Amino acid sequence: MNWDLIWSSFGPLITGAVTGTIPLTLASFAFGLILALVVALMRLSPNWFLSGIGRFYVSVIRGTPLLVQLFVIFFGLPSIGIRLDPWPSAIIAFSLNVGGYAAEIIRAAILSVPKGQWEAGHTIGMSRPQALVRIILPQAARVSVPPLSNTFISLVKDTSLASLILVTELFRNAQQIAAFSQEFMALYLQAALVYWVICLALSTAQSAVEKRLDRYVAH
Amino acid sequence: MSPTNESAQQPHVASVLVARNLAKAFGSNVVLRDIDIDIRRGQVVALIGPSGSGKTTVLRSLNGLEIPDAGTVTFGSGDASAELAIDFGAKVGKKEVAALRDRSAMVFQHYNLFPHMTVLKNIIEGPVQVQKRPRAEAIADAERLLERVGLADKRDAYPFELSGGQQQRVGIVRALALKPQLLLFDEPTSALDPELVGDVLGVIKELAEEGWTMVIVTHELAFAQHVADEVIFMDGGVVVERGPAAEVLRAPRQERTKLFVKRLQHDV
Repeated sequence: MNWDLIWSSFGPLITGAVTGTIPLTLASFAFGLILALVVALMRLSPNWFLSGIGRFYVSVIRGTPLLVQLFVIFFGLPSIGIRLDPWPSAIIAFSLNVGGYAAEIIRAAILSVPKGQWEAGHTIGMSRPQALVRIILPQAARVSVPPLSNTFISLVKDTSLASLILVTELFRNAQQIAAFSQEFMALYLQAALVYWVICLALSTAQSAVEKRLDRYVAH
Repeated sequence: MSPTNESAQQPHVASVLVARNLAKAFGSNVVLRDIDIDIRRGQVVALIGPSGSGKTTVLRSLNGLEIPDAGTVTFGSGDASAELAIDFGAKVGKKEVAALRDRSAMVFQHYNLFPHMTVLKNIIEGPVQVQKRPRAEAIADAERLLERVGLADKRDAYPFELSGGQQQRVGIVRALALKPQLLLFDEPTSALDPELVGDVLGVIKELAEEGWTMVIVTHELAFAQHVADEVIFMDGGVVVERGPAAEVLRAPRQERTKLFVKRLQHDV
């Protein structure tokens, strides 16, 4: 074991996490959630056309590998004249992916709020959008935090796929050092450790958010 | 806590609401047939009847939570001077439903308080977010109303911290805070433990004495007799009998009413 190499490798790995993995995750999750909310509302719409589009989208995203989605966007699109850099490609692919999975979570969470809550909103004069925003979504948020946290944590690890389209992030840095030093075992375990630490931090954050959102339910 | 409609832009108009020929079916299941209702200012109308008789559907129709297939609802008066007339036979738009809800407020059997909001926020949500009244004024109103129903100290509590009876009193205050012309109660005490029923009925009785116009769907016949000016007995989607509370409940003319009243009185 080359301990000096191992110690000195943590620097580039953490830099990769801070400048690659983490911003990639945050941006993709933010865009993905917005997309997911839109798709969830389309799926809940009485308009068959809108709900059909929503259903089709979710089906395609969930029915194809993330790696394939990523490759289609980065390597495939140039052949029809759309050439994207690695970063935008990765953010688009991950956002679309999160959008598909989170849409189902949000849809289920909205449906879990009792119908009487919509009615109470209407009876104090709220329109549907108003009741959705003020009454339904805050309650749906509580229900959807655990499954959305799952999606978020998966996303952190999935961003390692971006190394395959040349995004400089945690795993790509690990690969490069490993290739150059031939210390594969050490470097990949180190990469695993850094991912794990990030996910541990996220689990802690999840508990805090859940606790905060649980303040209005009986224990 | 007095009805705002007391100012009465049209003092000669006695009717708050007139409903004519309300009809509704869910598929082949006819739930309402030719329902007529007249509610005069300050009047308390009790809707009674067995479950499935359509009484709750009538109440919900008056708040636009159900849209009847046919019939009309008129606020103000039955004639051309009406301030709001809705013909359910024609296409009913969002604006008309909103106008209907502007004029009435509903108290639900299961309270339906917003669990993620404190008591105070539940109450001011409609006045502030929908009616766009100044927040400070809405809070002052809410605090005064809470005091009236004996819940001033629960202002910052969440609904789950309250008993059923307290939740329902908040539900009533939430409706009152909207300053509606008409209060609608859907079996307001049916979900309550027996020892808590009295508190809620007490509040409703006070509102009646203050002159609020109310329609109450209830199984509490003794209460209906005590508080209601008119009782409407429904069965199978039609009005079977109507009249002054004492007459309908003590000396019903129709066979079905007699049976119903007798059965309920035995049950209690």
